[in-house]
Amino acid sequence: MSTRSLSKGCFVFKPSPKRRKVSRTTADYFREGNSDLEDSELRFATCQSLQKQVKSETEQIEEELNEQLFDNLVSFLRRSHSAFQEKTTEWTWRMKSREIPTAALVLGVNVTDHDFTFRSLSEVLQNNVTPYIALLEAKDCPGIKNLMQKLLGQLMNCCIDADSSEEEDYEQVSRNRVRCSMTSLINWYESATKRTDSETPGKKRTSSRHWQSPPVVVIFKDMESFTTKVLQDFVVISSQHIGEFPLVLIFGIATSPMIIHSLLPHSVSSLLCIELFQSLSCKDHLSTIIDKVLLTTQFPLKLSEKVLQVLINIFLYHDFSVQNFIKGFQLCIVEHFHSNPLSILCCQLEEAKGRVNSLSHNQCENVRRLPSFRRYVESQVSEKQIALLTADSSLKEAVWKLLEDLNVYHENYFPILRCLHVFTSSLPKYPLGKQIRELHCACLENRVWETEEYESSLQLARMLNKSDLVTMLQKCVEILVSSPGREFDEIVEKLKEFLTQFQKLEEAYQERDESVSPQKELQKKTNLFNLQKTLLELKESRRSKKLTKFEMLRFEVVDYIDSLVRRYLVPADHKTLHEIVYFNTASVLREHLNAAPRIALHTALNNPYSYLKSEALKSDGGSISNKAPDICIAYKLHLECGRLINLVDWLEAFSTVVTAAEGPTADAASSDQVDDVIHARFIRAVSELELLGFIKPSKQKTDHVARLTWGGC
Amino acid sequence: MPILEHPAYPPATLLCLESLVPCRESQVSMLLSIFGERQQLSFPSIFIYGHTSSGKTYVMKTLLNTLQLPHVFVNCVECFTSRLLLEEILIQLHNGSSETKQASPVPCDTFNDFVRLFKQALTSQNLQDQTVYVVLDRAEQLREMEANVLPAFLRLQELTDRNVTVILLSEIVWEMFRPNTGCFEPFILYFPDYSIGHLQKILSQNHPPEYSADFYSAYINILLGVFYMVCRDLKELQHLAALNFSKYCEPVVRREAKERDTRKLWKNIEPHLKKAMQTVYLREISSSQWERLQCEEEEPGQIKGLSAHAHVELPYYSKFLLIAAYLASYNPARTDKRFFLKHHGKIKKTNFMKKHEKTSNHLLGPKPFPLDRLLAILYSIVDNRVAPTANIFSQVSQVHMYLLLFPVYCLWNF
Repeated sequence: MSTRSLSKGCFVFKPSPKRRKVSRTTADYFREGNSDLEDSELRFATCQSLQKQVKSETEQIEEELNEQLFDNLVSFLRRSHSAFQEKTTEWTWRMKSREIPTAALVLGVNVTDHDFTFRSLSEVLQNNVTPYIALLEAKDCPGIKNLMQKLLGQLMNCCIDADSSEEEDYEQVSRNRVRCSMTSLINWYESATKRTDSETPGKKRTSSRHWQSPPVVVIFKDMESFTTKVLQDFVVISSQHIGEFPLVLIFGIATSPMIIHSLLPHSVSSLLCIELFQSLSCKDHLSTIIDKVLLTTQFPLKLSEKVLQVLINIFLYHDFSVQNFIKGFQLCIVEHFHSNPLSILCCQLEEAKGRVNSLSHNQCENVRRLPSFRRYVESQVSEKQIALLTADSSLKEAVWKLLEDLNVYHENYFPILRCLHVFTSSLPKYPLGKQIRELHCACLENRVWETEEYESSLQLARMLNKSDLVTMLQKCVEILVSSPGREFDEIVEKLKEFLTQFQKLEEAYQERDESVSPQKELQKKTNLFNLQKTLLELKESRRSKKLTKFEMLRFEVVDYIDSLVRRYLVPADHKTLHEIVYFNTASVLREHLNAAPRIALHTALNNPYSYLKSEALKSDGGSISNKAPDICIAYKLHLECGRLINLVDWLEAFSTVVTAAEGPTADAASSDQVDDVIHARFIRAVSELELLGFIKPSKQKTDHVARLTWGGC
Repeated sequence: MPILEHPAYPPATLLCLESLVPCRESQVSMLLSIFGERQQLSFPSIFIYGHTSSGKTYVMKTLLNTLQLPHVFVNCVECFTSRLLLEEILIQLHNGSSETKQASPVPCDTFNDFVRLFKQALTSQNLQDQTVYVVLDRAEQLREMEANVLPAFLRLQELTDRNVTVILLSEIVWEMFRPNTGCFEPFILYFPDYSIGHLQKILSQNHPPEYSADFYSAYINILLGVFYMVCRDLKELQHLAALNFSKYCEPVVRREAKERDTRKLWKNIEPHLKKAMQTVYLREISSSQWERLQCEEEEPGQIKGLSAHAHVELPYYSKFLLIAAYLASYNPARTDKRFFLKHHGKIKKTNFMKKHEKTSNHLLGPKPFPLDRLLAILYSIVDNRVAPTANIFSQVSQVHMYLLLFPVYCLWNF
């Protein structure tokens, strides 16, 4: 098997995915380490349903995003072989060289997302265009021979899928003997199309879905990784036969379409008729996902600022992969439901009522332990405090009310956030960020109105011109009207009132403009000096002058927005019971998603307790325990050495550590001769270290090894 | 006065052949004289070479088809293994005269089998008394197959003891073929490039039925005037001619100019052709897009060429990885300490650069570097602390995957 790795080493190859007994085993895993049994079941069910919901939602969003691209591609395919079906005998058609229609599909550098795109693409094509689709990957095609084998295998298989299963055996036998050449492909195509033509009317539906002679679509998933020779040969070969069967190529390109020209020489690229298709940029993609999944009240689970930051950072710094982002979000869901016993309350409000009522005493204690709840209790009067801390029923009542509060908070939060974003996203230099996710993070982090950025953006908002301000207000009204929040009628009224006032102002201005205009006519004829003077005067007058009506109104609008922000955009961790709904252990997430193999290896070897969890290994500071595995002892000893390590000294030290606990009697016996067993153990430890890449034999001194890491080299 | 004369073939066929292979009469007559009559033994192997689209394949095909000589025509690129090649020859031989298609080909793994089966096939098809021609197109691929294939094909006549001639077609000279161990020297024939006159003559031959030959030939003249400097490929020129002809005819169709109005037509078509040279010819936009543009009279700016999309967006650390790779490949490793450490100690200015390093490193090209060094430089050039996480490592391999884009950095030291 091959890997994508650049270095040599051991690789784990997972066996091909088999059908697992899904729910049973995962549920068991989930229950592990949880004391409360019935609750954990409920939690697991909630978690599963939420996962499913998120999955279907994101898939739907992605489908919508890709729709345009796929439509274009389908129409391209439709166009590409229209001539093949008509069999025109026109002069130009005869004279032109037959080029292979090729779609260059630029998908961006987020390679991990491409799989999904290609899967849905081939689904779309299968449904609308052609049953004959082959997906090729570079790692399967090191040579033209392998490529042809793969291609023929996939095409002839897909033909079986469409057909009844009785022919399957026959096909499977013959595939091994089929010659991997273009001629056999053409023969197959002819027979396949003939067969669909002569099918019984009952089967006709397949052919009505596709066209008369459906094109054969060959998709190169990762064009960059294919070797030049394979691609060239394939294009040359298939161009020889393009007259005989309709072939269409789709190149999946991660970087830029220029790659085609650098991979294929002109003599080969002149055989292709390349059209470019570009998918949505992955950043836009992410914004849509965040907008539709995270910034809604649709899902009960929310992410705290730190967690969201971790996910976004991984996206921006490392992989640009939307799929990974979604997987991260799903991990958050699992982690939240797994680690937080109170997460049973993290569900839709309707269900929550019943769940609050059926909380066990233990769970009530858990609620009382929440820091946000404690803060809430402290703010109450003393009788209420006692009731909350002692009586479960009053606690449940309070929890239910608080949950409702939290829900209302969210319902108000997101529309107001969007409104604020309308304002901040059009300010110069974007003091609060260009994207709504940045604004969201800022609001979650702490009171946004206390930050400098907010202050400066308000300053800037006070300088907006009228037309911008009016369009923004209109947008805000749209957002608020379309949102389900209950308290927005009043706000909408107020905003509309502002709009009418602006309207009135405009009318008033027009009247005044007419009166002023003759004066302006005069000014136009002045020279530069005079102009400067008048401008200076104007400036002076403005400074001393009272604010115009428009400016007053503008101040009013900005102040009103400010008040909205202060009222509704309170950070979530100021809210009581936010722990139930917000997942906020960012460190766990980081550990899972941004693994650090070197560090993990170092901890494993340096502090075996952290992984083995054996009480005997609990280390007491810097000393080397002899109960640790041999490799750990050898590793710790080697950390103390320089670039070159003397094997004899190392062995000596090793045996000292190993025999240390055996007491003075053993010490006397083993004068200077090292025990054979210890020697063997040492050799094994050293060779394990060599395998892990910490040391290597040195050529300078035969009885030394060289360190390769941390202070070595 | 016909140029092709041969006693063995009827003059009418020869005349027809002559009309089909313009500007290649001398080569054809040479081949005819080598071939001799049907039953005569011909030269065992002939090697024909010439530049791209100098008519090698076309001439051989028309020659063999018009004279109805028994032949096998195989493209060596298509048959990428020797087994496929040999089997293909046998299949064609079987299908050549009798129409009964053989269902499953006989497996033929070695050349020994091939010789045996070849003899059988000749006997079964009653071809013993005629010369059989085996034409191997793109013969340069033969060099990549087993070492015995090329020499054996060159001596096929001797090995099979039958009347057979192997013709190799290639774009490269024979000297590049000759194996180290030596082999039978084929007869070498060169097809020279078509001159501009030849191109004019050949291209004008196929004029569209709606227009006169003179009109089309004037168009070809203009076309060659623009494209001859950059492209002498006959196929490509023909393609371009067909693509742009409708535009040329436009004034005539709209009755703004007559067919004789060469100057007006030239004025109309010339800028168009120049644009075509920059776009379609370079495959910046595809020919179908070009045709649509012509129909819709749009500005070509509407469809951007492939090279307009050269911008690639990379994740933050990938960008730094590329920068680090660039630094590592152009700076000598000795200088790393100086460039990337804060307290690097004193460096004597005079001998710092060795003499051979004074020449610009960019002239020498990038140098290989170990992965460790790349990562070390990465950690020092990124502002904040970078943890050596798995994501970073996987980015290295991803960048390596894209690196076809930046082939200069692609010199990894593994």
